[in-house]
Amino acid sequence: MNNQKNHNPFYDPSLSSRHRSARLFKAFTRGSILITLAFLCFFIFDMVRTAYPAMWQSYVKVEVSYNEKSSKISQKAIDKKFRKIVSRAWLRSIPKLLKQQPELMGTTANQWVLADDQVDQYMKGHHHNLKQKQVSVIETLKTNAQIELRWNNIFLSQGDSKLPENAGVYSSLIGSIFTLFVTLAIAFPLGVMTAIHLEEFARDNMLTRIIEVNINNLAAIPSILFGLLGLAVFINLFGLPRSSPLVGGLTLALMTLPIIIVSARAALRSVPDSIRQAGYGLGLTKIQIIQGNVLPIAFPGILTGTIIGLAQAMGETAPLIIIGMIAFIPDSPNSITDAATVLPAQIFTWAGMPERAYVEKTAAGIMVILLILFFLNAAAIYLRKKYEIKW
Amino acid sequence: MKSSGNNTLNPHRNSDIKITASGLNLWYGDNHALQDINMDIHKNKITALIGPSGCGKSTYLRCINRMNDLIDNTRITGEIVIDSKNIYDADIDVVAVRKRIGMVFQQPNPFPKSIYDNISYAPLKHRLIKKGIESDELVESSLISAGLWEEVKDKLKSPGTSLSGGQQQRLCIARAIAVKPDVILMDEPTSALDPISTEKIESLMMDLKKDYTIVIVTHNMQQAHRTADYAAYFHLGNMVEYNQTETLFNSPAEALTESYISGRFG
Ligand SMILES: Nc1ncnc2c1ncn2[C@@H]1O[C@H](COP(=O)(O)OP(=O)(O)OP(=O)(O)O)[C@@H](O)[C@H]1O
Ligand SMILES: [Mg+2]
Repeated sequence: MNNQKNHNPFYDPSLSSRHRSARLFKAFTRGSILITLAFLCFFIFDMVRTAYPAMWQSYVKVEVSYNEKSSKISQKAIDKKFRKIVSRAWLRSIPKLLKQQPELMGTTANQWVLADDQVDQYMKGHHHNLKQKQVSVIETLKTNAQIELRWNNIFLSQGDSKLPENAGVYSSLIGSIFTLFVTLAIAFPLGVMTAIHLEEFARDNMLTRIIEVNINNLAAIPSILFGLLGLAVFINLFGLPRSSPLVGGLTLALMTLPIIIVSARAALRSVPDSIRQAGYGLGLTKIQIIQGNVLPIAFPGILTGTIIGLAQAMGETAPLIIIGMIAFIPDSPNSITDAATVLPAQIFTWAGMPERAYVEKTAAGIMVILLILFFLNAAAIYLRKKYEIKW
Repeated sequence: MKSSGNNTLNPHRNSDIKITASGLNLWYGDNHALQDINMDIHKNKITALIGPSGCGKSTYLRCINRMNDLIDNTRITGEIVIDSKNIYDADIDVVAVRKRIGMVFQQPNPFPKSIYDNISYAPLKHRLIKKGIESDELVESSLISAGLWEEVKDKLKSPGTSLSGGQQQRLCIARAIAVKPDVILMDEPTSALDPISTEKIESLMMDLKKDYTIVIVTHNMQQAHRTADYAAYFHLGNMVEYNQTETLFNSPAEALTESYISGRFG
């Protein structure tokens, strides 16, 4: 044998096949990563591709005449052939505008106004149901450079609308922030206190074990049941206002609690017992030990768990639908008891709309949620690194 | 095995006694870990507890500052009298006991704080000192007593965990003496350290016994021999023999002690 000729004392005939299977295994693991990455990339790519058009919105330049007639019937403000071209949302705003700026009365202006969603879809090359007549009007406008796609600042500054060209995520974003604020205010102190009690005070007996099992099970309950619970308890029993961030936040707090408890317990458990022993040995009381030495070490872990819990609550839709945060609510809430909607519920609503123009809004809404979640997770990592205590 | 009645071995009754254990029994669940311990510990002396692994040395040490209270399922009978008060009396607050009886552990366990805060934290909480100049002075004097001042005086704000193992252990000793205890309990304080750090801690102990009563658990026979004034040999939950170190090592009364010291088992 070749190896024997070379007097290789390390020659082992079984090695080549063992190495081969190791390589094969490595290839499989790498393959799984590649498949996962491929799915992820495809998803992101498709989302971005679909959402991209929502960054732009069509505007047309038309002659607007502000007079008595148009303050009553706003359609009269523009030429008949443009009536299907400009947005009805903009037309509706004329009487209000005239009330605010009476000096406009009796003037005419050549100005850029928001276009109808069908026109917008035509401009973006998507499917549309415009008549041939309107198409030719648009083509004329095009050749005169009287129609163009502009940066869409409606999407981030307006609430929901039945007219896609006027619909945005702003009020649902505010609703989400209010709701998450309530969730955080309830779930964080309750969760951390519960975790501290279970880890630092409770003796290991039947009762604590039952509580533990139930907390873990709580995390596995389908979220829609929390919605039913919220409906039954907070709305029907306590009479809190329906569709409000208060009820939504309380409901999500129920869901976030087990996540915070479990992660806070893990963080507390990871604090070496020798630290507590040192504290007892010096005659410190339990609260002094927990406050001064245990919590500072556990803090980054608790924080990370809380942010992850909040991120999960941020994307939760089903329970909020049940408690009515899905209703058509174009205005943003001013307090936690006002009716509001949340970002994922807004996306859900848009996804069910028949108009083609909502497709890009839906995708853009998803991008907004993904961006927020991305920043929340980045914040979790950053804060953990920042407050981590090195041994 | 000796019958429990004969375990009352109190050499030199006339000298100053700091701690007296009498009829001390401890059970971990069904495990009878300490069996009728009777022992007088002398003031301003170093007393070493030796014996094979699992014989109950640490358990006994933890009885002296009631650290065993923290373990579920333990039962203790008998008395430990310190300064003529039984620390297991109902009117005793364990926190006060542990403040007077400091402890140094096998593994150095500094708090996740700066060197300065490691030392000042407990005295501040006990309201022994105020923040500022008082605290600065206490930190300095404690570090000087623990022989660490010269090494750390320029980096008091850096974390306690940034020190070497031996320095950390001296930091823990400084932390213990900062609360001004009477007694310092040490459970194998040098077993995680190199010979040079060990020597530093040993000479530190010799310095400290002027002001403190020291009880140390050790597996290192030379260490017990070098440092301790008194030594007690434990075996399977019993205190087999207790005497002045020289006597215990050179002419042990019990066969068990002799075979352990001469290295036949343990
Ligand atoms: N927390 C505990 N719970 C239950 N049993 C314990 C506990 N700590 C110690 N024991 C038991 O008590 C007995 C004495 O243990 P202890 O730790 O006092 O021994 P030791 O002499 O310090 O040993 P070593 O030299 O190995 O440290 C052993 O049988 C041990 O298993
Ligand atoms: Mg021990």
